[in-house]
Amino acid sequence: MTTAGLEPSTSIPRSSQSRSKFGYVIPAVGFSLIAAFPFIAGPHYAILMFSGMGFAIALLGLNLLFGFTGLLSFGHAMFLAIGAYTTAYLTAAKIGNLEIILLTAAGVAILVAVPIGLLCIRYVRIYFSMLTLAFSMLLYSFLYKFYPITGGDEGLRIKMPRPALFDFSSLDTVGILTGPLYYYVFALLLLLTYAMWRIVSSPLGLGLRAIRENQQKAEYLGVNVQRNRLVVFVVAGVYGAIGGVIISIPVGLADPSLAYWVQSGNLVFMLLLGGYTNFFGPILGAVVFIFFQDQLMSHTEYWRLTFGILLALIVIFFPNGLMGIIDPRRRWSA
Amino acid sequence: MSILQAAGVQKFYGAFCALDGVNLSIDEGEHVSIIGPNGAGKTTLVNVLTGLLSPTAGSVTFKGRDIARLGPLRLSRLGMARSFQLVNIFPQLSVRETIALAAISTLGAGGRIFASLQRSKPVWDTVEGVSALFGFSSKLDQPAKNLSQGDKKLLDVASAFALKPEIILLDEPTSGVSTAEKSAIMQVLVRAAKETGIKAIIQVEHDMDIVFGYSSRIIAVHEGKVLADGSPEMIRSRSDVMAAVVGKL
Repeated sequence: MTTAGLEPSTSIPRSSQSRSKFGYVIPAVGFSLIAAFPFIAGPHYAILMFSGMGFAIALLGLNLLFGFTGLLSFGHAMFLAIGAYTTAYLTAAKIGNLEIILLTAAGVAILVAVPIGLLCIRYVRIYFSMLTLAFSMLLYSFLYKFYPITGGDEGLRIKMPRPALFDFSSLDTVGILTGPLYYYVFALLLLLTYAMWRIVSSPLGLGLRAIRENQQKAEYLGVNVQRNRLVVFVVAGVYGAIGGVIISIPVGLADPSLAYWVQSGNLVFMLLLGGYTNFFGPILGAVVFIFFQDQLMSHTEYWRLTFGILLALIVIFFPNGLMGIIDPRRRWSA
Repeated sequence: MSILQAAGVQKFYGAFCALDGVNLSIDEGEHVSIIGPNGAGKTTLVNVLTGLLSPTAGSVTFKGRDIARLGPLRLSRLGMARSFQLVNIFPQLSVRETIALAAISTLGAGGRIFASLQRSKPVWDTVEGVSALFGFSSKLDQPAKNLSQGDKKLLDVASAFALKPEIILLDEPTSGVSTAEKSAIMQVLVRAAKETGIKAIIQVEHDMDIVFGYSSRIIAVHEGKVLADGSPEMIRSRSDVMAAVVGKL
């Protein structure tokens, strides 16, 4: 079409969600707190935060699928298990380099996510959710039953992997997890958060939100719905597997419960808790969930009941989660 | 020169025949209105012509290519766009983002996963141009759900225009809006079509003032069949057609 007579754009237009300075302050404060955590909290809490960062990475991927594309996976925990078991197999084979483990886990996640995604993305709403749950439970059953390969219900031990650039020989396990490896994972979280920000701010990201809002209209405007859904399913799987690698390190074990439906439910809970309508909601949800669970479990055996009540309250009174309370203006924005 | 053709198109819903042997040909430069009473098969015809429905029998060709089972995505790439009878928007997306989506598709950039949308000047130039044509320049940051009913319909049309199609099919673009808004919408549509170089417009319409005021040709549909196909003067002179389609003798 002609734009004759129109002045060329001299400034880059902003998206509809204006970016206030306040909007950048909240994530900056949040990441600063995570960075300072080993200094302001004890080792126990720093290791909890280590796991929290792993869940945050997995949730960034899950939220690309759910918050941005409108596909709710009830089986995303299968990718956590893929990451954890990849770590177990590689460290057992004396491949302890963390970069190799992360890349291998990402590769395995792609190999698994492509065929499963090709089937699942043809469906939406509850059908998509149930299909992903079914595949997750298939993996759980495999991990649980095939003892010679997977260690069955006992799982597989994980030896401490090491990044290529660090020498941990003078540190004990706690020292590694609250020191250099903590900041390695923190840097990984920042990097993957930035990569996800780029994805949701890209032309593809706008297409995903259009698919979520109105699939038919999106197709008529030239959005390749099936391809985009497959891409986000695979990306979400990669983030899930990388999260699984991180989560399994402090535990030192890959066990079938990582793929169990309860774990997938926990991931969805974390999303709702943090707020799936905000880009940073998943990170906040993961961290708050991990610490809240830790405190509840140490005080009451009815912690699941408390979680259930909390979830109901969030859905009823705070549908945009904690980030919706902290920064209510910013929705689906990076 | 014919750009869109339907030959012997039949469409059944179970035992019900919604379209029965429809033949039509749309030439470049035409503004064709499809008229008929409720249930005549107008929307079914548009849905078949735009790939939303597959015909039970017959063929639909666009630029000489059979498009019967091509689907909306490939049709949009071939140069066909449409708007819908009911308001069809992205409620949470802004006007800017809605138009940008079509501009991105036109540029073939929809799959770029790490590219910066904000820095894509061609996209925002198209958004500026289309929004100026349709009077959205001051509403670019409004979420589509907050627009008036007329503006929602217009945004649906504007986003279709942003695809830079060769042919556009508009399913009752003025339904559900006030009489004053109808005329304004049509004037915007005609001006936009001229400025964007659209080769043909097909419009389903109930308002006879608009039909006779803007169409170069009218196709009257009744009970799934083409009852008459000709100039506005010819249709107006056919009392049987007017009686069947609009109940006037």
